[in-house]
Amino acid sequence: MSENVWIVGTAMTKFGRYPDKDTVDLASEAALGALGDADLTMQDMGVLAVGCLLEANAMLGQRLQKQIGQTGIPVFNVSNACATGATAVRSTMLAIKAGEADLGLAVGVEQMGKAGLLGPAGQARSKPTGYTPSGRYGSVMPVEGILGTGLMPGVFAQAGMEYASRHDGVGFEQFAKVAEKNHAHSALNPLAQYQKAFSLEEVMGADMVAYPNTLLMCCPTGDGAAAVVLCSDAKLKTLGPDVRRRAVKVSASVLTSDPYVESDSAQPDVSTLTKLAAAQAYEQAGVGPEDLDLVELHDCFATAELIHYENLSLCEPGGAGDFIDRRGPWRDGKTPVNVSGGLISKGHPIGATGVANLYEVATHLRGEAGDRQIDNAKVGLAHVIGLGSACGVHVLERAAS
Amino acid sequence: MTETAADKRIPVVDYLVLGDDPHLVANTCRSCGALYFDRRNACARCGELEFERKTLEKTGVVRSFTIIHRAAPNVPVPYVSSVVELDGGGVVKANLVDAGADPEKIELGMRVKLTTFPCGRDEEGTEAVAFGFAPA
Repeated sequence: MSENVWIVGTAMTKFGRYPDKDTVDLASEAALGALGDADLTMQDMGVLAVGCLLEANAMLGQRLQKQIGQTGIPVFNVSNACATGATAVRSTMLAIKAGEADLGLAVGVEQMGKAGLLGPAGQARSKPTGYTPSGRYGSVMPVEGILGTGLMPGVFAQAGMEYASRHDGVGFEQFAKVAEKNHAHSALNPLAQYQKAFSLEEVMGADMVAYPNTLLMCCPTGDGAAAVVLCSDAKLKTLGPDVRRRAVKVSASVLTSDPYVESDSAQPDVSTLTKLAAAQAYEQAGVGPEDLDLVELHDCFATAELIHYENLSLCEPGGAGDFIDRRGPWRDGKTPVNVSGGLISKGHPIGATGVANLYEVATHLRGEAGDRQIDNAKVGLAHVIGLGSACGVHVLERAAS
Repeated sequence: MTETAADKRIPVVDYLVLGDDPHLVANTCRSCGALYFDRRNACARCGELEFERKTLEKTGVVRSFTIIHRAAPNVPVPYVSSVVELDGGGVVKANLVDAGADPEKIELGMRVKLTTFPCGRDEEGTEAVAFGFAPA
């Protein structure tokens, strides 16, 4: 880890639904936006990484090059569940750290359309003919709904309820308050898929999906893209004064997977790897959770956000319920969390998410976040987790100037 | 017809053993005791290569649960999915049955015991049998 890497350009599309565009269109919009923001072009880039989950095997990086600039540079097509975007950023960053390139572009994109909350698993089962055990568990039929649930709303509900089982003062209301906050925050973000505030009563009274997660406590599916241009220390010194002034330092970049825990036999663990990633990130950056001016974390469901307060050490052990009860993660609280609206309301086009949260943090550190600006933000953290599991944590810092 | 009803039952997964005393089995690492419901080439916890089959206890506690209200069209809702920590080791996911679907009445940490229930019948008449947990 010889020298610093900087974000010198970043952009994202508004998240939403774009039936008249494709992934290449969305990725191009974000990529050209980030390049323009850095006053650079594809011709300047030495490496490209493109994260996309649903088109992971379709050479999207090269298709993006054909759309905006083919220069023969190395391309990484990246897929790592909901940590896909963060992994693309990190792949670009590692190439710069290794000295293979001094400028690189990372793009995250996804086009999910109205996939539905349950995705393909929401389809009806076919009638059984003859039962034959097959697969790793010798199952004779799909067991979703028969041996519990493995779908996202329920898995993250169970992760939250497991935390509730170990700590007093955590229940339906605390989880719902998370969604109340993120919907309220999103009202200030013009790039969010939804910009509508809901009362706590409305959140708790919405259709139940997987207790304790109601519909308003689940992220939507959607389309969108985000991009960052990364730059080495040495190269930054050669760029213009405006680019240098707006540069944001990547103080930590960490990727973890889930180490063995006993409960893996029931469902993936989303906490241990987040704790590991956070500890490594704080160490790398030389900052602590008390230094953070804002956090964008992976609130795919309200239950997930609550447990990540503790996993990222934003609250005392066991104190996540109290933290939200005291409005600690609200934009005027102790540590603002998901001032973008989070996945719950900003949206979650999977591959784009881990890049879009860097866009959000960097934009605040630059003082360019408009109505939702966190005043005088100097340090921020971005976290994503993909079930299975992969966790990415980045710490960003404003240039010392 | 000499075939008995018992001949025409099949466990929904192979880590459920039917018969007079239905129970779960797991592959356990001979070195560290880690449990797996599927096959492993090396232990995910300690890396050792030897495994043996272990019969798991039929009682445990509810470590977590969720009540599913939205599912694929032919999955009956609401149902309760739970993560159960078995006495003597092993964590397993299964439906919580005979406990209703009212979150106020399901207690985290409540004691439960293994039970089985039919979950389908194929065109040849074979009945698939699943396991769940009921309040003990």
